[in-house]
Amino acid sequence: MVTRVPPRSSRPRRRMRVLLASGAAALALAAGSVVPGNPLTPAPPQAQAADSGRTTLTVAVAQSVDSLSPFLAQRLVSTSVYRLMYDYLTNYDPKDNHAIPGLATKWEPSADKLTWTYTIRSDSKWSDGHQATAEDAAWTFNKMMTDEGAATANGNFVANFEKVTAPSADKLVIQLKQPQATMAALDVPIVPKHVWEKVSDFSKFNNDTEFPIVGNGPFILTDYKVDSYVKLKANKDFWRGSPKFDEIVFRYYKDQDAAVAALRKGEVSFVAGSPSLTPAQSASLKNAPDIKVNDAPGRRFYALAVNPGARTKDGEKFGDGHPALLDQKVRQALFMAVDRATIIDKVFQGHAVEGEGYIPPRFSDYFWKPAADQELAYDPAKAASTLDEAGYKKNSDGKRVGKDGKPLDFRILCHATDPNDKAVGKYLQEWWGDLGVGLKVDCIDNVSDPWYAGEYDLAFDGWSVNPDPDFVMSIHTCAALPSKPKESAATDNFICDKQFDELYKKQNVEYDTGKRAALVKQMESRLYDTGYMNVMAYPNAVEAYRTDQIESITTMPSDAGNIYGQDGYWSWWSAVPADAASAGSDDSGGSSTGVLVGVGVAVVVLAGGGLLFAMRRRSTAEDRE
Amino acid sequence: MSTESTPALVKGAAGVDSAESDGPAPAGPSARGPRSRSTAAYLRYVAGKLVGAAVSLFAVLVTSFFLFRLIPGDPVKQMTGGRQVSTEQIAAMRREFGLDLPLWQQFTEYCGKALTGDFGTSYQFRAPVIDKISEALPATLLLTGTAFVLYTVIGVWLGARSAWRSGSVGDRAHTALALTLYSVPSFWLGLLLIITLSVGIGPIPGLFPTGGMESGNTSGFDYVLDVAHHMVLPVITLVAVEYARTLLVMRSSLLDEMGSDYLTTARAKGLRDDLVRRRHAVPNAMLPTVTLLFVNLGTTVAGAILVETVFSWPGLGGLFYQALSVPDLPLVQALFFVFAAAVIIMNTLADVIYPLLDPRVGR
Repeated sequence: MVTRVPPRSSRPRRRMRVLLASGAAALALAAGSVVPGNPLTPAPPQAQAADSGRTTLTVAVAQSVDSLSPFLAQRLVSTSVYRLMYDYLTNYDPKDNHAIPGLATKWEPSADKLTWTYTIRSDSKWSDGHQATAEDAAWTFNKMMTDEGAATANGNFVANFEKVTAPSADKLVIQLKQPQATMAALDVPIVPKHVWEKVSDFSKFNNDTEFPIVGNGPFILTDYKVDSYVKLKANKDFWRGSPKFDEIVFRYYKDQDAAVAALRKGEVSFVAGSPSLTPAQSASLKNAPDIKVNDAPGRRFYALAVNPGARTKDGEKFGDGHPALLDQKVRQALFMAVDRATIIDKVFQGHAVEGEGYIPPRFSDYFWKPAADQELAYDPAKAASTLDEAGYKKNSDGKRVGKDGKPLDFRILCHATDPNDKAVGKYLQEWWGDLGVGLKVDCIDNVSDPWYAGEYDLAFDGWSVNPDPDFVMSIHTCAALPSKPKESAATDNFICDKQFDELYKKQNVEYDTGKRAALVKQMESRLYDTGYMNVMAYPNAVEAYRTDQIESITTMPSDAGNIYGQDGYWSWWSAVPADAASAGSDDSGGSSTGVLVGVGVAVVVLAGGGLLFAMRRRSTAEDRE
Repeated sequence: MSTESTPALVKGAAGVDSAESDGPAPAGPSARGPRSRSTAAYLRYVAGKLVGAAVSLFAVLVTSFFLFRLIPGDPVKQMTGGRQVSTEQIAAMRREFGLDLPLWQQFTEYCGKALTGDFGTSYQFRAPVIDKISEALPATLLLTGTAFVLYTVIGVWLGARSAWRSGSVGDRAHTALALTLYSVPSFWLGLLLIITLSVGIGPIPGLFPTGGMESGNTSGFDYVLDVAHHMVLPVITLVAVEYARTLLVMRSSLLDEMGSDYLTTARAKGLRDDLVRRRHAVPNAMLPTVTLLFVNLGTTVAGAILVETVFSWPGLGGLFYQALSVPDLPLVQALFFVFAAAVIIMNTLADVIYPLLDPRVGR
């Protein structure tokens, strides 16, 4: 007879359960309470380092550093870091972006406009004690001019240089092939010759193995761990004055929501987005205690670009842009049917400014807006009559058709990764649909292939604008067109307009700031009238920081501007740590929580241990039986 | 492998000697007996699997080259997008990356180098791809290895327990919870854990860091504790999502064993129910679970991409994401190869070990 043995196995099971539970609880909680400087408080002040009283400003970043070599790095995070590590010849005034002294105290052109002489300051030292001289600057530029590897990141700045010399320690002379007005906007970090001349292959040297890295900027890079952190300490000998924080740490948060959580907790002092915090993130942070949301006018524009008929420098046509868009009236009619106020309100949820000219208003010297009689304001009726005039009348189905009887149907390239593109695309379909114009929204991950192949009718376009507008203007000149069909080129969307080119040439050799600005505005006006580029919005830069860690910080422009990714080191150099007193009160809360949790851990461990011991006794007793 | 060393391998691992006597009589001139013959069969089986794995690895190598070239997007355009670059700089970068060469030439160079372990230089990081992978691999292995051990132990243990008491409240609760967690997106669970256990809600204090692998200001034993502290939430997330598979396989295979005569015999001998389960039922039910665990071990490495991203873990997952966004072709290709190789190697290992656990396989 088979007799089922009654289950007697509850002891080992229970033992395992208790062991696992107590072990897990103890490990998790112990790790939480034991790790030095590891906060249990919801909002620990990181501005004050617990061990030595040093003040640390922690910035959440998402982008990986591509290289710490300023000759190679292309990404914003890397350029932001070496802005802090190295001084440039000139800097930009945080108030209005005009050029101010950096490593050079003054600069002037020769009468023939081809030779620029810079006076190098005598109070800038490398962090290893050597004097920073004109020889370092000359060596940096010469290296970029002669070594293809060293020209990777900033080669465009020296493309027009004929010769660079340093006749004395405080004189740098740059001779140009052609006059150029951007000589006070050479955004090139000057590196110490005595360190960098030992580098053999500039295309592979990443400057990330020996710390601290020798520099002469407001901060010295002391440590770097891939995708974990970049640490910099204040350069107490910096000629403009030492930064107020002792240390700045760029810490990695690959997920933006996690970065926002870290700000809430106080693990980081500052969070920017990529490029902005989302409306939902900014709304959730707005009412959080000790957090300030900086909703600043941005440096980007968001535009509609029209394919003007892709072509090479030699005039060879390629691509398949819609021929109707070669008609200026059609382009202007389409733009008059765009309700920009609704886009700002519904798509950007108020975090943008309605677009007009090509350069955002924060660059006040070059900001241009159309006159009343020139403006293409939202006017669907006028848009309809303009299309009638252009010969595209509505048929019985309500569709606009050309003289050939074909309906007006366009394609627009949209970035699948940008929710704004998708949302605006839907509005355009509705508005242009009312006008009788069809629109297919092609949202794809990578728009650059059809774009460079000229296989599009319209596209969502956007650029970050520098204080000097030369670059964003240059991408619409005929010289920027590709040499061969579909080849990579500097052009943005194949615009080639003689009138625009003539203005570009004039501004490029105009050394008088006021006259140059007037020329740039004329270029913007011409760009607006041709209708190939229509700016819909200037998205804001939305970012946030902890007021219990940062008392004050300089925005750029200083009246109302952004903090992360400035042209210069103003934000981090100027940041003032919050009063230690407020930090102290949070600390005490953290300690009491820590003690409570510590007691809890001890109770759990003791109870678990006691239980295990008792069960072990019982088990061995039974086995003896 | 010599024939002298293999019997120990078979004997040590199989533990079911009776299976050998069930085999057909030795054929041909061989006078080595059943054990030697079965060793030879096993070696043939292993060799077949190894050849299959090598072919698969080569297929992956070739696929990885062409697959990522189908992705639209020119790496140079993507890397220089939005920056001030001249046409000359763009051309120089294309030359440097070898993108100006015909595709067939790029392919032969890639294969030639890859076979010697050289996967080229990353476009965006300007560093050897092998170096970038070596930097990120330990973090991934630490995270996924810890999670693997935990979800294996929990899954096997709970699966056996659920099956042994199938239909009970505990069984239903375990299964329902496991299935629920299995269906939860890992990044969402991770974010929930960050909000509750890291930032803290109401009476729950913020106990764990919101991301990263270390604080960056510790050394020695403090560093170990610091990393352990950072690991808690990502490991919990991975374990919560992954343990269900092991639990369900273990549960169903143990259920299959439950009515077997040998269990009845064991009970008839007067063995405690607990011993019947642990010493007789579970070892036999482990076979499908072992296969699953090896497959899991291979896929977990790649499967941690989302969790690594949410918790900003500096491992291969984050690296793959960055590489894809360019696309950084040498890095993407190498990572794809590593992920696929992990699955192939683990599958092959499972295939190789399985006959040792169950001699009926591979005969």
